Amino acid sequence: MAIEKVEYWRWTESNWKNPDIPDWHGSLITAGVDIGSTSTQAVILADGVPYAYSNMRTGSNSPDSAISAINWAMKDTGLTLEDITYTIGTGYGRVNVPFSNKTVTEITCHAKGANYIYGPTVRTILDMGGQDCKAIHCDEKGTVTSFMMNDKCAAGTGRGMEVIANLLAVSVEDIGELSFKVDEEPAPVSSTCVIFAKSEATKLMRSGWTKEKVLAAYCHAMALRVVRLLERNGMELDFAITGGIAKNVGVTRRIENIMGIKALTPTMDTQIAGALGAALIAKELVEKKRAKEG
Amino acid sequence: MIANYGYEDGSGHYYIKIDTSKCAECTAKGCISACPEKLFATELDDFDDEVVLIKEDARNTLQTNCARCKANGEKEPCRQACESDAISFSW
Ligand code: SF4
Ligand code: SF4
Repeated sequence: MAIEKVEYWRWTESNWKNPDIPDWHGSLITAGVDIGSTSTQAVILADGVPYAYSNMRTGSNSPDSAISAINWAMKDTGLTLEDITYTIGTGYGRVNVPFSNKTVTEITCHAKGANYIYGPTVRTILDMGGQDCKAIHCDEKGTVTSFMMNDKCAAGTGRGMEVIANLLAVSVEDIGELSFKVDEEPAPVSSTCVIFAKSEATKLMRSGWTKEKVLAAYCHAMALRVVRLLERNGMELDFAITGGIAKNVGVTRRIENIMGIKALTPTMDTQIAGALGAALIAKELVEKKRAKEG
Repeated sequence: MIANYGYEDGSGHYYIKIDTSKCAECTAKGCISACPEKLFATELDDFDDEVVLIKEDARNTLQTNCARCKANGEKEPCRQACESDAISFSW
């Protein structure tokens, strides 16, 4: 008998091309490629303006993922790799971008990207990625002044969300909305730890809790953990959230409620912040070099 | 830049805070040899300055790694070696 295996954690891959730049004839193309543990993004800038990007899952081979991501981003642009003047690799797989000119850490790139997406008033950035969750403090230029991450805990990470999505057989993209379909916000689960969450969620379901209520309790616990990280690193407004989990309102809205603040509304896909920051830094480096050379 | 390496779990928070702007100007890098657990390593940061960080494989076991120094009751060897006061602990 064939057993159909549904992967509830899968999110949708996407690519985009700027409709306002139908055909580009400018002077400088730069790119950023962010190889994360679960997703890879490639962003292409035309004279510093987002021209195209792709957002896909990281495959088992990082260099191949980088090539697939840049090809998918370039797909409708008519560009080839030779047209890109400078590429920066970032993310945990940053050394595995075969066509990159330089690598820069993801913390630096995320701050730069958030500064572009949300504007220069952003001081605190919460980056919720596939494997880790970071609190970053930056200045008006998007330069990092401090950062803190929790290297042990899956709270606020894609990994943590995926465990719960699989367990309750809901799509990771639906967790947020579903978690608000409760009459009353339940107390947070006692552990956000992915190892214990499974047995705790199973126990709650057995005792008659609905899926929605378990999701609410889990998102609540994750939000509390993340708030502690933000407070420990120092919280200053304006506040913005980047990374894949930024799309999960189940966690983000609860963070806002607990802290009594509102995160800025993004103007583009927050998952590309790292790659966008890398492409922006690439542009700055080329311009600096060109200015020096006169 | 202020870098915080570590974690928080059910038993408490264990972060080592390093002010890397001070490391950029430090030639001795005394923390590296002073740490009995060899937790420090150098890296070139994004501005091409040589700074120190806590090695990746130690970042989620700091409570255990630093337990002996902490039990001593004295100023930790890494902090003793650092002349610019660039290191501090959250616990
Ligand atoms: S001794 Fe202090 S200033 Fe020097 S590298 Fe170590 S932590 Fe940085
Ligand atoms: S407390 Fe001891 S083990 Fe921990 S970083 Fe300092 S010298 Fe190393």
